[in-house]
Amino acid sequence: MIALSDYLIFGAVLFTISMAGIFLNRKNIIILLMSIELLLLAVNTNFVAFSYYLNDVTGQIFVFFILTVAAAEAAIGLAIIVLVFRNRKSINVDDLDSLKG
Amino acid sequence: MNFVIPSFAPAMPEIVLLVLTSLLLIADTIWSKRFQFATYYAAQVILIVTAVLIFMSFSSEEVITFNGSFIHDSFADVMKLFILLITFAVFLFSREYLLQKQFYKGEYFTLGLFSILGMFVMVSAYNLITMFIGLEIMSLSLYAMIAMRKDNQAALEAAMKYFILGALATGMMLYGFSMIYGATGSVQFDTISGVIASGKVDSTVLSFGLVFVVIGLAFKLGAAPFHMWVPDVYQGAPSSITLFLGTAPKIAAFAMMYRILVDALQGLSGEWQSLLIMLAVLSLIVGAVVAIVQDNLKRMLAYSGIGHVGFILLGVIAANPDGYSSAMFYTIVYAITGVAGFGMIVALAKIGNGFDKIADFKGMNARNPWLALMFLFVMFSMAGIPPFIGFYAKIVVLEEVINAGFVWLAVFAVIMSVISTYYYLMVVKAMYFDAPEDSSKVEPMSNQLNIVVSIVAISLLVLGLMPSSLIDLAYNSL
Repeated sequence: MIALSDYLIFGAVLFTISMAGIFLNRKNIIILLMSIELLLLAVNTNFVAFSYYLNDVTGQIFVFFILTVAAAEAAIGLAIIVLVFRNRKSINVDDLDSLKG
Repeated sequence: MNFVIPSFAPAMPEIVLLVLTSLLLIADTIWSKRFQFATYYAAQVILIVTAVLIFMSFSSEEVITFNGSFIHDSFADVMKLFILLITFAVFLFSREYLLQKQFYKGEYFTLGLFSILGMFVMVSAYNLITMFIGLEIMSLSLYAMIAMRKDNQAALEAAMKYFILGALATGMMLYGFSMIYGATGSVQFDTISGVIASGKVDSTVLSFGLVFVVIGLAFKLGAAPFHMWVPDVYQGAPSSITLFLGTAPKIAAFAMMYRILVDALQGLSGEWQSLLIMLAVLSLIVGAVVAIVQDNLKRMLAYSGIGHVGFILLGVIAANPDGYSSAMFYTIVYAITGVAGFGMIVALAKIGNGFDKIADFKGMNARNPWLALMFLFVMFSMAGIPPFIGFYAKIVVLEEVINAGFVWLAVFAVIMSVISTYYYLMVVKAMYFDAPEDSSKVEPMSNQLNIVVSIVAISLLVLGLMPSSLIDLAYNSL
């Protein structure tokens, strides 16, 4: 039997990996998008685990909504990346630095 | 299990807004070629229709429908009406700006309407799922709006930054939601607060979730230390969208904070109070100090907005109904002042290189005395100088903070407010005492915008002379 805490630790590990991906990555915007998807998956793991152990279906319904929204978010994110690439011929995170102060 | 058809009446404004906006999206593809401004006028009509519907259903009675996921109360009605009012003004400014910058498209207005729909859902959400959906409807529309100027590198960079940090904030908040769900076994706001009150709950998991939720809220409100996206996005986004971003979503974000922290997590007020105090203190410092060195007016207003969020948080920190009302009043006042401030930048956008540097305003008094006076009103109101409405907003919040026993916090806020007066007065000094670099006359893009800017700026003075009606509205609706 896998305990609830195991799932939560797994979720926390995914969450940490995605945070590291967002803050340490200086190369590619696509990796930022992947990290954000991973972040949402960490949340989904939590919800499903809680839902199973609480014997309550709400958590799983929440997961459906998160998955749908994640798809919409990825679509908009990729669209913006395409526009950035057309304008700069690069999707390096370091190149996005004209706004500062 | 029986399925009962829920009552649709409380959500009538949202339903009508959704249906009309969807129809407009289709109609826009057919008619936009033949009638250039059809979408714009239709969008304004939709705003008016929605406002009328909200007026007609205005009641102080709380109605919860859709299996407890949607609430209709006077707080929601007041917030929605102000969101509509502000968006109406934003659309007025936007049409001329979009034509001037040559990216006029009907989608701008449909996206704007969809993001209002998201704000409405946020304002009326009564469980975590609805809150999340509302937040995403609003944010996704805003990301797309910023990226609409497809050939402008600054706008695209702003869109990218807003997208990444917005998605990160949503993820953080959802992680907190999952913890709250795990600890209480419900996503329903009233059930959550009931379970917390009963004491049969794992407080470690709950506090863990609370921290993440507060971080997410701070991101969305733009409170320090989670404010790094605010100045970049405000500066990079096209001015008419900065005008939208800086005003209506703040109202929605405040409503979201109220629903989550007060309606659901009131039982944890001791814990979120200390978190919010940290956020408020940092926001006040950043808003007062960092804004001084800015030379771009949009960026300066962004930092000043962070300071204003600090004040909004102060009202919530009081953790009693009067405190929430004062924060609500402050939010509304800030949004109106923001319309006048950013609206001025939009109205003058055709001149030179965008007219968004503080140096552009040098000698404004000689170039257009009337607009200089109007901008002086805005700056004085933001700085909190009587008799402008910004003064009463600050007074009311400080009063509630002192009543709640945080005298040191009030003193600190006043000191920061005095420091921030410096950069507001620098703009006034540039307008009245510096020699203009270019002595040609400054005219707004059209007479219509001249009138709108003047009305909003004068309303800051008029509301300041008789603030009681707006204060009563905020105090009675909570």
